Amino acid sequence: MSAHEPDSRPLLLGGPALGLRLIVLGLAAAGLMVADHRQHYLATARDWLSGAAYPIQWAVQAPLEAWDSLTGYFESRTRIEAENVKLEADNLVLRLRQMRFEALEKENLRLREMREGSARVVQRTLVAEIVRVDLDRLRQRVLINRGTLDGAFRGQAALDANGIFGQVTRAGPVSAEIILITDAEHAIPVLVNRTGARTVAYGTGSSGLLSLPYLPQNSDVVAGDLLVSSGLGGVYPPGYPVGRVLSVDRNPAQPLLEVEAAPLAALDRDPQVLLAWFDSTVVEPEPAPEAGAAAPESTAREPAAPASPANRP
Amino acid sequence: MIRRAQSAIGGGRILAATVAALAASVLPLPGWLELLRPDFVALTVLWFTLLSPRLTGLFYAWGAGLALDVFTGVLLGQHALALIVVAYVASKLRLQIRAFPPLQQSGVVLALLWLNEFLLFWIDGVAGHEVTDWRRWLSVIAGAACWPPVAGLLARVAARR
Repeated sequence: MSAHEPDSRPLLLGGPALGLRLIVLGLAAAGLMVADHRQHYLATARDWLSGAAYPIQWAVQAPLEAWDSLTGYFESRTRIEAENVKLEADNLVLRLRQMRFEALEKENLRLREMREGSARVVQRTLVAEIVRVDLDRLRQRVLINRGTLDGAFRGQAALDANGIFGQVTRAGPVSAEIILITDAEHAIPVLVNRTGARTVAYGTGSSGLLSLPYLPQNSDVVAGDLLVSSGLGGVYPPGYPVGRVLSVDRNPAQPLLEVEAAPLAALDRDPQVLLAWFDSTVVEPEPAPEAGAAAPESTAREPAAPASPANRP
Repeated sequence: MIRRAQSAIGGGRILAATVAALAASVLPLPGWLELLRPDFVALTVLWFTLLSPRLTGLFYAWGAGLALDVFTGVLLGQHALALIVVAYVASKLRLQIRAFPPLQQSGVVLALLWLNEFLLFWIDGVAGHEVTDWRRWLSVIAGAACWPPVAGLLARVAARR
């Protein structure tokens, strides 16, 4: 289609042809939207389409990545040394806690076995890098560099070192899209760790804020309470930290409290997330886990840990 | 600048410009700047439609919109629908708009981008995930402000041999 060739079509476009095209294309777009909105029809096609878009998305951030790794390479030695010292100290603390945690976990598993409950803890994790692109300025979504070829699937939970991060909404072959827990369309079943009260934490659309709209006036919740995932719904493993209550607005005229919470995961700063696999077959609602299980390091464990409950006398 | 470019442009350049616009619409920007990100794909579609509806036309607008939907992970067909309406209006008013001085052209672009954003807002609402944040309209103003540089850049890309 070059403009060099003489063109005999009329100079003034329009008339029925253009209007007709508008209507046909408009109907096609509307059809696509309906099919996409009803999830099942286009889900697989969309997964593949987003896979096709991934190379360009990756290419967009590649120069930034390259620049970062270059500056990182020439970064001052002293800074790295200082960081190393800090990390080693952190590691020591974490290992100490881990010792206690492992004992507690064994005990917890044994107790659960006695009640024939099943421990739904994360069995396997996979580190995924967050691709640095802004998907949509109005929504809280990120793109990661793992897809179905790595075993990721739609509805998979994603965590970071501090808490629950979000879930996979679209899984292409080598990339996936994650909806953050603060997205306005996201809700996660949680329980207040101190009291065991169950509720749902909704995203607000602004990063750093969750809202808990369904707590009645008489419920016992105060600022500073830890919210952990309850595991209801089966998407998220139970007992992992979600957020901390920021403010509780008790307006006696309203039947429900207005509670706001801040997510614990570093949603807008994480360079990496962990995709989690856990056994979600048991749907029995579990009571609040002990305080030890809510410690953040529990997410970073290696695979095989939880699977051997039987080797105790 | 639109007129000068018309004589020399091929499908490859249109594709390249569109891919660049798609890339620009996901380029990571710091927080507040992200809210001011203009809809580069809409600007590109608008420019090519004003350049010559014969080259691109509604099919192009539809395809570019669909690509943007895939890129940003929103409802499939959303941008496609908004952009064909914008392209339709633009090609209807093409000769008038092209005769406008730059400032006035920006004004028309503002109106068309607003139409685009309004359609997206409306589709969001119908699909049940409306974003009522007033800041979504900032990108419309930013887009109109970006029109002169974007149009200049596209004219340069299109005219280079």
